[in-house]
Amino acid sequence: MKAKFLVPLAIFVILAGFLAYGLTLNPREVPSPLVGKPAPEFTAPRLDAPEQSFRLADMRGQVFLLNVWASWCVSCRQEHPLLVQMARQGVVPVVGLNYKDERPAALAWLRDGGNPYTTTAVDADGRIGIEYGVYGTPETFLIDREGVIRYKHIGPMTPEVLRKVVMPKIEELSRG
Amino acid sequence: MIAELGHFALILALVLSLVQAVVPMVGAHRNRLALMGVGRPAARGQFVMLLLAYACLTWAFIQSDFSVRLVAVNSHTDTPLIYKITGVWGNHEGSLLLWALALSGWTLAVTLFSRHLPEAFMARVVGVLGWVSAGFISFTLFTSNPFERLLPAAAQGRDLNPLLQDPGMIIHPPLLYMGYVGFSVAFAFAIAALLTGRLDAAWARWSRPWTTVAWVFLTAGITVGSGWAYYELGWGGWWFWDPVENASFMPWLLGTALIHSLAVTEKRGAFRSWTVLLAIGAFSLSLLGTFLVRSGVITSVHAFATDPARGLFILALLVLVIGVSLVLFAWRAPRLSGGGSFGLVSRESTLLGNNVLLAVACAAVLLGTLYPLFMDALNMGKISVGPPYFESTFVPLMTPVLVLMMIGPFVRWKGDDGGRVGRVLWASGLASVLVGGGVALAIDHVTWRTVLGLSLAAWIVLASLQLLARRLGERPGTPAGHRLRGIPAAWWGMWLAHLGVGVFTIGVTLVGSLEQDLDVKMREGQSAQLAGYTFTFGGAARLPGPNYDADRALVTVTRGDRLVASLTPEKRVYRAQGMPMTEAAIDIGPLRDVYVSLGDQIEPGAWIVSLHYRPFISWIWAGCLLMGLGGVLAALDRRYRKLAARDAASPASAAAQAG
Repeated sequence: MKAKFLVPLAIFVILAGFLAYGLTLNPREVPSPLVGKPAPEFTAPRLDAPEQSFRLADMRGQVFLLNVWASWCVSCRQEHPLLVQMARQGVVPVVGLNYKDERPAALAWLRDGGNPYTTTAVDADGRIGIEYGVYGTPETFLIDREGVIRYKHIGPMTPEVLRKVVMPKIEELSRG
Repeated sequence: MIAELGHFALILALVLSLVQAVVPMVGAHRNRLALMGVGRPAARGQFVMLLLAYACLTWAFIQSDFSVRLVAVNSHTDTPLIYKITGVWGNHEGSLLLWALALSGWTLAVTLFSRHLPEAFMARVVGVLGWVSAGFISFTLFTSNPFERLLPAAAQGRDLNPLLQDPGMIIHPPLLYMGYVGFSVAFAFAIAALLTGRLDAAWARWSRPWTTVAWVFLTAGITVGSGWAYYELGWGGWWFWDPVENASFMPWLLGTALIHSLAVTEKRGAFRSWTVLLAIGAFSLSLLGTFLVRSGVITSVHAFATDPARGLFILALLVLVIGVSLVLFAWRAPRLSGGGSFGLVSRESTLLGNNVLLAVACAAVLLGTLYPLFMDALNMGKISVGPPYFESTFVPLMTPVLVLMMIGPFVRWKGDDGGRVGRVLWASGLASVLVGGGVALAIDHVTWRTVLGLSLAAWIVLASLQLLARRLGERPGTPAGHRLRGIPAAWWGMWLAHLGVGVFTIGVTLVGSLEQDLDVKMREGQSAQLAGYTFTFGGAARLPGPNYDADRALVTVTRGDRLVASLTPEKRVYRAQGMPMTEAAIDIGPLRDVYVSLGDQIEPGAWIVSLHYRPFISWIWAGCLLMGLGGVLAALDRRYRKLAARDAASPASAAAQAG
């Protein structure tokens, strides 16, 4: 067996190693430039009571999650039970941002699947989403007492991420 | 019931594929004809079972059987019938079933059209294809079962991804899969030849038509995909260097190298281990492409469901198939002697040069596609690799490829006089540079890229004409029509495909140099100017479609006083998924496309309208079409059939193969 004929095999073994490792990584986990920055302020109508408005500034002093969702989004359906469960345990308030959605569809969704949100603000035209750099739903932001974004999760929240990443961060922020 | 029938057929297909994988291989090893003979009926039975499974799934889609999970997720009662049928492969599970069906179809074709091959060789080819098939069917059954039930059934389906509800998507995936999977035949021939240790001219000759046909499918598939991206994504681009596009482009590059390398192996017996490596490589990259698309390792606009468990399974499959082949290669290839020798200036060396350049280009695409993964794995940060990388590596690599491509046919096999070749070609070479520079001046766009692109294109056209003239001048005295008919189809195929590259180059260069874009806010009656055309917005109206609601705008395009076209771009919202889609309107012309897409309504009555002017863009696809047509001609050459008959007629060679 001459060495040069082993070269393709060697290259492939290295490649396969990277691919195997790649399976454990999440390419969608892009570090957000917003982490560590103050959450963009907004005032938006509430989903349940459109004549009233929700101001992000009202959340000042509390650690909370901002969850961007829509009734047309399939992955949101996937994470929804987890959010409902979390809301039941009352860990931190979860503010919903209903993104590019229609009110009746959104309300029906909360009626059917349960409502984990303390309040849901409506972002019908996606302007607030732009401020927050939302490029897919669902996205979840962890915001601290001073209104600074501490963590951002793209895609459906999983029990694992919640347990290993989000909960420790919440504890740390609530203590400090 | 129908779904269970399909599921059962799929299980039977797996069993048959295992029989096909094991029995003929054992038979070939022990030289038992009865066992070798099992391969063909097993392969045919497997095809029937997969066809049945596929038909059952299609039936479930047509009937809107929402108790089948896949149908509920990817169809809707309002989906037009044609998209119910194509929806079968517009998802992960269904497209895998299509993959398996395509592979089985190729195997069937091999058993039908390669009767003349020595039995032992054939048994190994069918056996190798059986292993690949068994791998893919078990992947489908165990991780991605398309027949999984959803109980209780959904009341309504989620509808097919609107991006895929398009005529281009009806034919793009099947063509692409036929191409991907088609390289499995060249692969199986290469493995069978490695196993028997006989990599000779006959092996190359048997492989050539199969490889060419697979390449034609892949070319057509990529072309249609690019066309789809152009008019469906709504911003007038035709190639995005997206990982999934790259996944289809890499096997194409190696497949192109393989076609040429096989020619040398057949004619001169040279490059044998290189040809085998390319055959393994082209198929490996098809598998790698499947892995990249299906595992979610790389993000892409092609948003198929991704799942790490599936990723692991297919990676294991990849390691098994490619790893075993490369071990076999490392073990067997050193025994191959070098074949015919050739001089520095010879047809062989031009082909070798192009082969190496195409392989390097393929490696560059692979590197660019996987670079984000490498960086991430080595903790060196998250990056993405965009078109600038690919464009800056591709131009310098492809320039010598195009030059060599046209020199090659003028150079003699084995050895030639460099001076002679120079004397033949200097005039057309000089003329090309003058034409390229002249046209760049005439269109007032003198950049090195434009001059280079146009000169190369001119060179391809001029040298092609020169080549034809020389070919016709070969037998003076005979009537011209006679001489024309005397040229074999394979030669025409080569000529046409190379000319196609020239047409493609013209398109790419002129689109890149002269395209113009404009985004404007328009109200009814307002106009905008772009590239000498006047676009007048005639307002937009609400218009319901079968499973979507559209805003359709009217844009009249005029040039001077002449009406060029009335375009009706749409913005659709598909009801089931609430997903907005842009439906561009294009006035297609031989020398330019005028492309209008409708953006958002920003104020009542005021819309964002995107205007694009794309000169010579249809030449890109016309060039690809010529390449594909060239491939068809090459594969149809009578020679293969004649030689096949001769191989069959000589029992001595068959006995030698079987022994």
